[in-house]
Amino acid sequence: MDCYTANWNPLGDSAFYRKYELYSMDWDLKEELRDCLVAAAPYGGPIALLRNPWRKEKPASVRPVLEIYSASGLPLASLLWKSGPVVSLGWSAEEELLCIQEDGVVLVYGLHGDFRRHFSLGNDVFQNRILDTQIFHTEFGSGVAILTGAHRFILSVNISELKLRRMPEVPGLQSVPSCWTTLCQDRAAHILLAVGPDLYLLDQSACSPVTPSGLAPGVSSFLQMAVSFTYRHLALFTDTGYIWMGTASLKEKLCEFNCNIRAPPKQMVWCSRPRSKERAVVVAWERRLMVVGDAPESIQFVLDEDSYLVPELDGVRILSRSTHEFLHEVPVASEEIFKIASMAPGALLLEAQKEYEKESQKADEYLREIQELGQLTQAVQQCIEAAGHEHQPDMQKSLLRAASFGKCFLDRFPPDSFVHMCQDLRVLNAVRDYHIGIPLTYTQYKQLTIQVLLDRLVLRRLYPLAIQICEYLRLPEVQGVSRILAHWACYKVQQKDVSDEDVARAINQKLGDTPGVSYSDIAARAYGCGRTELAIKLLEYEPRSGEQVPLLLKMKRSKLALSKAIESGDTDLVFTVLLHLKNELNRGDFFMTLRNQPMALSLYRQFCKHQELETLKDLYNQDDNHQELGSFHIRASYAAEERIEGRVAALQTAADAFYKAKNEFAAKATEDQMRLLRLQRRLEDELGGRFLDLSLHDTVTTLILGGHNKRAEQLARDFRIPDKRLWWLKLTALADLEDWEELEKFSKSKKSPIGYLPFVEICMKQHNKYEAKKYASRVGPEHKVKALLLVGDVAQAADVAIEHRNEAELSLVLSHCTGATDGATADKIQRARAQAQKK
Amino acid sequence: MAFPHRLDAPELPDFSMLKRLARDQLIYLLEQLPGKKDLFIEADLMSPLDRIANVSILKQHEVDKLYKVENKPAISSSEQLCFLVRPRIKNMRYVASLVNADKSAGRTRKYKVIFSPQKFHACEMVLEEEGVYGDVSCDEWAFSLLPLDVDLLSMELPEFFRDYFLMSYELWRTLEEEEDCETKGRRPEVGHIFLLDRDVDFVTALCSQVVYEGLVDDTFRIKCGSVDFGPEVTSSDRSLKVLLNAEDKVFHEIRNEHFSNVFGFLSQKARNLQAQYDRRRGMDIKQMKNFVSQELKGLKQEHRLLSVHIGACESIMKKKTKQDFQELIKTEHALLEGFNIRESTSYIEEHIDRQVSPIESLRLMCLLSITENGLIPKDYRSLKTQYLQSYGPEHLLTFSNLRRAGLLTEQAPGDTLTAVESKVSKLVTDKAAGKITDAFSSLAKRSNFRAISKKLNLIPRVDGEYDLKVPRDMAYVFSGAYVPLSCRIIEQVLERRSWQGLDEVLRLLNCSELAFTDMAKDDKASSECLRLVFVVFLGGCTFSEISALRFLGREKGFRFIFLTTAVTNSARLMEAMSEVKA
Repeated sequence: MDCYTANWNPLGDSAFYRKYELYSMDWDLKEELRDCLVAAAPYGGPIALLRNPWRKEKPASVRPVLEIYSASGLPLASLLWKSGPVVSLGWSAEEELLCIQEDGVVLVYGLHGDFRRHFSLGNDVFQNRILDTQIFHTEFGSGVAILTGAHRFILSVNISELKLRRMPEVPGLQSVPSCWTTLCQDRAAHILLAVGPDLYLLDQSACSPVTPSGLAPGVSSFLQMAVSFTYRHLALFTDTGYIWMGTASLKEKLCEFNCNIRAPPKQMVWCSRPRSKERAVVVAWERRLMVVGDAPESIQFVLDEDSYLVPELDGVRILSRSTHEFLHEVPVASEEIFKIASMAPGALLLEAQKEYEKESQKADEYLREIQELGQLTQAVQQCIEAAGHEHQPDMQKSLLRAASFGKCFLDRFPPDSFVHMCQDLRVLNAVRDYHIGIPLTYTQYKQLTIQVLLDRLVLRRLYPLAIQICEYLRLPEVQGVSRILAHWACYKVQQKDVSDEDVARAINQKLGDTPGVSYSDIAARAYGCGRTELAIKLLEYEPRSGEQVPLLLKMKRSKLALSKAIESGDTDLVFTVLLHLKNELNRGDFFMTLRNQPMALSLYRQFCKHQELETLKDLYNQDDNHQELGSFHIRASYAAEERIEGRVAALQTAADAFYKAKNEFAAKATEDQMRLLRLQRRLEDELGGRFLDLSLHDTVTTLILGGHNKRAEQLARDFRIPDKRLWWLKLTALADLEDWEELEKFSKSKKSPIGYLPFVEICMKQHNKYEAKKYASRVGPEHKVKALLLVGDVAQAADVAIEHRNEAELSLVLSHCTGATDGATADKIQRARAQAQKK
Repeated sequence: MAFPHRLDAPELPDFSMLKRLARDQLIYLLEQLPGKKDLFIEADLMSPLDRIANVSILKQHEVDKLYKVENKPAISSSEQLCFLVRPRIKNMRYVASLVNADKSAGRTRKYKVIFSPQKFHACEMVLEEEGVYGDVSCDEWAFSLLPLDVDLLSMELPEFFRDYFLMSYELWRTLEEEEDCETKGRRPEVGHIFLLDRDVDFVTALCSQVVYEGLVDDTFRIKCGSVDFGPEVTSSDRSLKVLLNAEDKVFHEIRNEHFSNVFGFLSQKARNLQAQYDRRRGMDIKQMKNFVSQELKGLKQEHRLLSVHIGACESIMKKKTKQDFQELIKTEHALLEGFNIRESTSYIEEHIDRQVSPIESLRLMCLLSITENGLIPKDYRSLKTQYLQSYGPEHLLTFSNLRRAGLLTEQAPGDTLTAVESKVSKLVTDKAAGKITDAFSSLAKRSNFRAISKKLNLIPRVDGEYDLKVPRDMAYVFSGAYVPLSCRIIEQVLERRSWQGLDEVLRLLNCSELAFTDMAKDDKASSECLRLVFVVFLGGCTFSEISALRFLGREKGFRFIFLTTAVTNSARLMEAMSEVKA
């Protein structure tokens, strides 16, 4: 165990730093790192190198090579740089390589050297050229800050939605600032720059001079500045070899250190972690690496080779030609357990477990010691946590074994933390593997989340591993396996050398009906690659028509889209296609297409009814659907036309259509309507009042009510109103007028075709019993009783009923007998009934 | 009088969740437009909205004023306008005209359109064509099932009937999805699902209703499970809105009763109530305290409800016990039984001549047509002529609609019944698309009511008086004269546990494609759930049908859940077919 802490270096009293090798690199670099532009993505991301940048002394004729390696040095891509001079390289948060050219053009490449897109940083930049750039990451995405040849700063917080902000001018800035950096505070990005002994903070609106609190005097220039991974802290390196470390607001000093080296360092980065005990900065010169913090002494390392520092969330990665190392502050749990002569519960538990394996009784002693202090739970937790921070699987295992051993002596220790740690470590070890090359620490992994890690694996086309991880962690299919399969399929369709059939079959075989996989997305990708036929084949597997149809439309397979939409029975979808077709095809073709699809046709008619009446007419015309055409014109006659001539004309067209449709009835009815309309018009002119749009019946009624009996009769004759109707009509109208005299005259004009009971009823309705009685006597025998009852003559009704010997009538009368007045009548009926029964 | 269910009848699932979901979603949508806003509501969404979120809830979410969507320019002064509409083109034009008017007045406001139950692409297209797509934000209120009662769900799509059976402009998708989740999610709970197209059984829907709930609907129009009783019922000068569902204890007991029993029941109930009130005489202080604190409120409530329903009954009696109504019912029964056709025809003719009511006249004509398998050409012409003369020539279009829907047709001269039948069935089978194609075929649909009636014994043979107090079959909902066809089919299938043996009936109903699934699996565990029956009416169902099936459920130990596109009755059916001048 003693040797385990051999690479631990104390800084001050509280913290240890250790540096261990992640990979030995065999990337076979031909040139020194210092001759290249280097960019390494955080979170164990890939490394990009652009060899042979545009150095003054090199001939410009040699084309440089852009190379991309995994963190373990495996080549991912290599391409000849054919564009202009590059100022800097950087990785976006989505692991896309940004190559910023001197003229302000940014070329974006994928992890595998595939060109994605390019954009320009504007005319201003183009004219003034770029002197320096910085790529930074915030919660909004990846941003870029530029220093132009005119000594102006331009900034964009998120390059995926490029909005360039020109920062205010720095007064008197004539040369390149000695150093500068981007700060992100309060959701805004600022620039801090050093000009000679002065520091300026540039925010959106102003440039203000700032002074770090507690800065040692005698500084004549700042050589280097470094902002921490979380933008909380800032370090400044001065020409006196003095290092100031404080908060990014410059308002608070954490510590200072004088290294007495006046040479400007090559790189300076923060080395801290969340909840770090010590805030430390790593400074690198050509051959020297120094860890500096709040301690009189610094930690020094000798660099054998050219190195490059990559700041991480919880440490610093150090790249060189031959190795890839990680330098970090030893996490608390590890420190407690492994510190020499540590009596922390975790340390004791680890010892106990070791003794136990040796079958020594010391195991018991250690265990008792922990238990006596009641710290077993804590011990287990410590071991579990420490395991997470160890890089070597062997050490992880022994810590976990200790934890598991300790767990045996605990009641109800929740198993989750142990299980999850085992799972996480398994995943981490898998991705740290040399072939994968993602050297994530546990802290970084938790920050990154499993979803993002899976995305990164997918980005590296490591589909099998990603799927295995999903299955191992039992992620829900939609988030896990299906998503990865879908990505795989999208990649698969880009393989141009495989035939459409084979690709489609291969995809379907793998994907089957996996939930959450959208075949239409894959098809869209295939279409994007120009493989329309493949896209159509893939769409066949898509069960949701709502997804099929829009893509088919996009691919200009409208007719197929139409039949798919109709199959789906979803009207909305059919409409979508129809309206699309309408714009795409010429009218004739469109109508022909509709003709073969009755459902679509009917839907389109609906649409036209509201939106395009004229088209509707054309549709009916095309189909020789005269019946509907007739109805159409009738509707038109009611719709807009106010003028009577227009309406009659519309009706005439309708009538013609009805004749063509062999619907004589409708045609005749329409002609009658025309006649009626003309007549009503004439009546309005001659008599005044409102006649238009009344029904025939109402027209006649209105005439009678107005006293135009002659006209009414004329109209009745002209339109052949049946006698019965006429009688009902006259009866009602005259009663309404209470013209009893005329009514009586009318009733005597000839024998009533509707009998005389209605006369009685209507008089009673007007409460004229006197008139009613007149007609009651004329009612035919079958309704006589009813009529007499209506006028209230119960006694006579009873007589008639008895005379008729009609049981139903008798009970009807009986039900009308009320109270004492009709007592005699009731008796009479009862007697008659009894008599009838006797017989 | 409300009969208890058999003990083995299954419990109903709780549907009130649906209401809550709909409310929450609506609130979410309203909150998407923060700040004060005016809400424009389409008329046919008003009642459902009221059942889900009342005005105070809307106010809570900063709805300032409520307007009805109608063809008038809006006078709203709010800066934010929200429209709650059906996805219909005419609504889009309304919204567009409003936006464009604002634009030309140089006014900018926020507009949000909430479609219910779903957004249609065509609507967005219209907005685009009118040039306002960018100004309006669109959302969906996926509210499709409104629980009107413990066993009744309504989709509240009253226009579905006309759209589907007349225009074949379908709202299929929503329905199909609904079915999917019902069948998958609830398989262990629901034993049978019936999907009935309204055009299978127009007859039942066309009959006058005589069950209390149906009568209330026919007389006062129940909207979304609530009814407005006017002054003639409340015997005060104000009208009263009453919710009609199982929570109304009085209503619950009389809703399924034949009307002739209702009055007797109510007076009995009134006497009981009085007796309970009377108990307080001779109580000591303590008992009185108990009575006031515990029972009085319930009694008062019951009293209030009782007086409302007595008022409603009186009002119905006044309207219905007249000679006319009895004659009407007599004629209907004659039509159903198929005797005295001549007499019935002249009754209808008189009805028309006297201009009694355009809807009633139309209804009788349709009933005659369907029961007689089309009118004989002479009557067809003369009735139509009479009708046009009475109620206006625009009804020529109404007749064309009715013909297309198969409600009012002409007997094809020379064609015997069977010939027509075979023609129909052949046509349908040839074009396997079934219903859809059928609707397009120029050949009007025909009913074979008489034959079906005989096969299914829809007209019960009655010796002596039918005792409406103790009904013996579902015919009681039509005074014992007729068993509703739709309900009879369901009864038969449930009884046989399959469609087997009903081939002939189905053929007569013009159902050509039959797929029998084996329902014989009858393990004990599932028999419980098999008793829960889900009945879906596409195009609406009537309260009489609901009552009849509730009766069947009580008799045979089933529990029915009804899902309908809307509750309908004869008047609504006819109005849907009528063409009114714009």
